Amino acid sequence: MVTTSFTPIASLVGGAMIGLAAVLLMWATGRIAGVSGIAARLFPPFEDREFAGRLAFVAGLAAAPVLVRLVTGGLPEQTIAAGPAVLIVGGLLTGFGSVWGSGCTSGHGVCGLSRLSVRSLVATMTFMAAGMATVFVMRHWS
Amino acid sequence: MAILVQFAIGLIFGLGLILSGMSNPAKVLNFLDIGGIAAGTWDASLALVMAGAVAVTFVRFSRVLKLARPFFADRFYLPTRRDIDPRIIAGPAIFGVGWGLVGFCPGPALTALGFGSLSAVIFVIAMCAGMVLARFIAHLPSSTRFVTPADPLET
Repeated sequence: MVTTSFTPIASLVGGAMIGLAAVLLMWATGRIAGVSGIAARLFPPFEDREFAGRLAFVAGLAAAPVLVRLVTGGLPEQTIAAGPAVLIVGGLLTGFGSVWGSGCTSGHGVCGLSRLSVRSLVATMTFMAAGMATVFVMRHWS
Repeated sequence: MAILVQFAIGLIFGLGLILSGMSNPAKVLNFLDIGGIAAGTWDASLALVMAGAVAVTFVRFSRVLKLARPFFADRFYLPTRRDIDPRIIAGPAIFGVGWGLVGFCPGPALTALGFGSLSAVIFVIAMCAGMVLARFIAHLPSSTRFVTPADPLET
């Protein structure tokens, strides 16, 4: 297990930037900045003509580290401890569950909570609890 | 123009994820590790990410929604459902297990693609497969009989 340090200022400011992006997306497109919904709609069935905009948003997400590397010459630490099998199972569960539950950390956890949605509160408490339980089992039950 | 703006918004979102530390699965897992509180390895940073993001959206959403319409669209598309159905528990429970196994939720996973790691590529391919599967199952006739709307994204 890799220990990480508490970064209150960077995390608060970074969080505010995520919130700003969500507000800007609502202002520009009138839609919730839910990453799972945006990513899932890049695949069929297609229900509207917003494909290009969604692809641009996802491209922006992936371009962020490229920009950071260009400007600062390096990237912050990123440690992915999971092996291929866990990555595949974790990816499948993350993709399936976030669509099945109509949202993930951004759609429910940020946009939904700020709109005082009870559905989003239930969803957020559930994925936090499930995430904590999973880490507890993985780290402390062996 | 609208496409370029959405790219820029995705970029701001991604920069926020990197600055906040959410793009580092180790940090996410150390936050989810409540067993680490006693051990002193718990990283509370992510609570502040959530707080910062919700604070901004809570204050600004209502002002944006007072506008007649979005800048590039004819109307606002807001979720309208209020019911607590089985899917709003089962979905996040499944997602949470995946989140706890690897430390990636969808946004940071897509941002991680730009870090150039093979692990992120593997995770994102599996994640997209899971998303397609969930929508496919939701569209099957047998499951639409009991739950409306058929597509869980349409909320």
